[in-house]
Amino acid sequence: MATLTLSEKEYIEKFGPHLNYTPPGGWTAQQPDKLIKTHCCFCGVQCGIQLKVKENKVIGFEPWEEFPVNQGKLCPKGVQRYMQNEHPDRLLNPLVRTSRGFQEATWDDALDRTVEAIRHIQGRYGRNAFALLGGASMTNEKTYLLGKFARVVLQTANIDYNGRLCMVSAAAANRMAFGVDRVANPWSDIPLAKAIILAGTNVGECFPILTDYIWRARDNGAKIVVIDPRITPIARTCDLFLPVKPGRDIALANGILQVMIERGWIDRQFVENHTHDFDKVCELVKKFTPAFTEKITGVPAAGIVRAAEIWGPAETSMLLHARGIEHHTKGVENCLSYINLVLASGRIGKPGCGYGTITGQGNGQGGREHGQRCNQLPGGRDIEKPEHRKFIADFWKIAESELPGKGLTACEIINAIETGEIRGLLSISFNPMVSIPDANRTRAALEKLEFFGCIDFFLSETAHHADVVLAGSLQEEDEGTVTTGEGRCVRLRNSVSPPGNARVDWQIFLDLARRFGKESYFPYVEAEDIFRELTAASKGGPVDYNGMTYSKIEKNMGIFWPCPTLDHPGTPRLFEGGTFFHPDGRAKFHAYDYRPPAEDVDVEYPIFYTTGRVVSQYLSGTQTRRIGALVDQYPEPLCEIHPVLAGRLGIKTGDRVKVSTRRGELVVPAQIVKTIRPDTVFVPYHWAGKKSANLLTNRALDPISKIPEFKVCACRVEKVAPVSDNGKGNAK
Amino acid sequence: MNESEFFIDPSRCIGCQACVHACMECDTHRGRPMIHLEVIDRATSPQTTPVICMHCEDPACARVCPADAIKQTDEGVVQSALKPRCIGCSNCVLACPFGVPRYVVAIDQMMKCDMCYDRTSVGKNPMCATVCPSEALYFGSREHIERTRQEKAINEFRFGRQTVRTKVNLMTAPDVDTLDFDIVRFMPGGEGTGGIGNTTLINGQTCELDPLLFPAQSAAV
Repeated sequence: MATLTLSEKEYIEKFGPHLNYTPPGGWTAQQPDKLIKTHCCFCGVQCGIQLKVKENKVIGFEPWEEFPVNQGKLCPKGVQRYMQNEHPDRLLNPLVRTSRGFQEATWDDALDRTVEAIRHIQGRYGRNAFALLGGASMTNEKTYLLGKFARVVLQTANIDYNGRLCMVSAAAANRMAFGVDRVANPWSDIPLAKAIILAGTNVGECFPILTDYIWRARDNGAKIVVIDPRITPIARTCDLFLPVKPGRDIALANGILQVMIERGWIDRQFVENHTHDFDKVCELVKKFTPAFTEKITGVPAAGIVRAAEIWGPAETSMLLHARGIEHHTKGVENCLSYINLVLASGRIGKPGCGYGTITGQGNGQGGREHGQRCNQLPGGRDIEKPEHRKFIADFWKIAESELPGKGLTACEIINAIETGEIRGLLSISFNPMVSIPDANRTRAALEKLEFFGCIDFFLSETAHHADVVLAGSLQEEDEGTVTTGEGRCVRLRNSVSPPGNARVDWQIFLDLARRFGKESYFPYVEAEDIFRELTAASKGGPVDYNGMTYSKIEKNMGIFWPCPTLDHPGTPRLFEGGTFFHPDGRAKFHAYDYRPPAEDVDVEYPIFYTTGRVVSQYLSGTQTRRIGALVDQYPEPLCEIHPVLAGRLGIKTGDRVKVSTRRGELVVPAQIVKTIRPDTVFVPYHWAGKKSANLLTNRALDPISKIPEFKVCACRVEKVAPVSDNGKGNAK
Repeated sequence: MNESEFFIDPSRCIGCQACVHACMECDTHRGRPMIHLEVIDRATSPQTTPVICMHCEDPACARVCPADAIKQTDEGVVQSALKPRCIGCSNCVLACPFGVPRYVVAIDQMMKCDMCYDRTSVGKNPMCATVCPSEALYFGSREHIERTRQEKAINEFRFGRQTVRTKVNLMTAPDVDTLDFDIVRFMPGGEGTGGIGNTTLINGQTCELDPLLFPAQSAAV
């Protein structure tokens, strides 16, 4: 039983998060032994950075101005990222659970216990009773390896990853519309666009480096439309801001398209020659007049018309979206409704013309391509397609019948632990206690596990529940590749080796495979061996890396897939000439009517609750909550409330407010701002325990992508008494 | 010395503080940022602005320093107070029209942006402008700025009767040459509209008042 054996305070005392403010060797000027050209370990932009290394320690950084994507630019997370090295919380040894926390163990002991538990659970309850969870912060090599480990060694169907909380709605929509899952354009097309729609993407805080691309478009005369329930930093100076009510995105997209059709701003020739099903969309959007759309979306009719006037007749355009429209029980439908605007304009597959989701995680793109998803095999292949199964089974030299089928998605895995269907779990690069909605249920599920193993570099809040913790590697302690948000595969360089007895993640999997007698399937000496196998496995698949090598990637500062042969330069822009990836080469429109969120506001819970990120923190905060200067910038979650709502509730800035939903409650300080809709409150989600925004969110899933509805549910907000002197609080 | 110039455009600032964090990396003052970020009024807007030293031609901070601790290099870079000289009086903090210098209690010394002198003097770009994700801080050629930006780079500021010229440029509206900080400049009779008419004293500034706005005072004139 993976129950906690220490109090939250004791875990924090022993394992952090403690705050590191100082580089190794202190703040003195030091000459590095070497400068390593690599990439940031955080978001999907994957900025180039040079790490200063001295005596196997990262002592600082120097901007890497030659790398074309960010040209030396970095956000505060990138500047401070090296503070995670030489961190007091760093796990230096494997840990095993005791009756009071953990004790350090040898690798043999930790690995033997893990293998024994897996054998026991699979022997008793069946192979699928043991699940694997991966993450999109891992290299392509590790995601490929994890997928192969699951299918070849454990032979479990239940492997999925934290991208299920991030990119999957857009991924599914892209496959449905275009027949391929990748952003259509390199970021360098953004400054060439004359109209830009940013739908549900807080670019300034979540992908800060892309801000400059947007501003360069503005310098070139672009009109910028921002659609968001909050005036985010990118919205402050946009040409048109549409304050959409949470969960109403489809209606807004349909409303804009209705005006475009009425005014004749449709590229009829493109629609005729390169798409299907526009007639169905035309029929559907007839009723979405500006007045009708205003009623649903809370966006003024004039704003809807203005958006169509900016987008419709534009010479060039880009439409970008992110989690704001994707984190919904209709996330896929939201994306497809916005894709309709792009297809109707005919502006895609040309310089300055296109579309894309801005992937959130470092390897958000590559992490969803090489087989760590429950429904996928390497090369973006479909685990349910007989010819795809055969290709990979032959490639791995196993019988096709031994290859597991489609398994459960990440949230469904947690649900299946809750019901007892899954009894054991091995997790890497994933902190579900912070990142999965309805955290009270996540905790209860983890407590039911008969065995829980974690591979991590810091003891995350999820790892508190572990039976065995395997001390793994930070990004800079390993090497490999990641594929950025624009589909560019870039090279991560090894900067330092793991400290203490911590080990490189992929070698841990090799050791586990060896203990199962499957070492012959994993004959890798270095990371590039895995990459060579990964690229060969992708040959001819929907996601083709076959023509990539480490040296080619380095020489070109990244290669965009598809890259089928060694002499192929890669494909920065997709769909040139209006050719899409469906068998007939056409793109598809999708007609989706508006439907309300899984949990809409009502008399009992009258306020919309939405969540997101702040610029100084990253995802579940496992790394960034340990970096002092980043924590100081935004130390704890605040609840953004509009003054009109705050006035009605008698709340002032700094008051402690209790936000409750049907699933839980959260007490945080109020931040009264005019930059959020008065019917909505916002809390960022990077924190754990009692400060977790995901205590409140709704684990209702999109029927196609299985992404949870982080961006809208119903809440109540009330003022509570200030914390008393004894620090315990006396909230009623 | 680097031929590039510094340009600030607060309209591009996203408030991320990458500049402040990166400033800490400079070898001469590692661990201590010499610039800061102003949050204008979070209750009404996410507007923020980075505050780096403007490097005035005739720096008020240096002129008011009783210890002669603030020096200007030949290239016009106004440096932090010299540790052996600074007496921590904060005259400079009060005198600076841009709110740049900060007195650091822990080390009893005024520290301010020196335009990454250790970097720019050897041809590197300043840390803050290199990392700034939105180019709210930009260090490069004037030609590049004039070619790519719609806003105009100005480096002349009028505070009351005092005109301050700076090494660092501020991006502003295309038809503006200097920035005035006193509204009377923009009123009838203000310098911008030519000549000084009948005058009334407001805060030490002479100008003509609009009788519709200030009937009482105008009648008294």
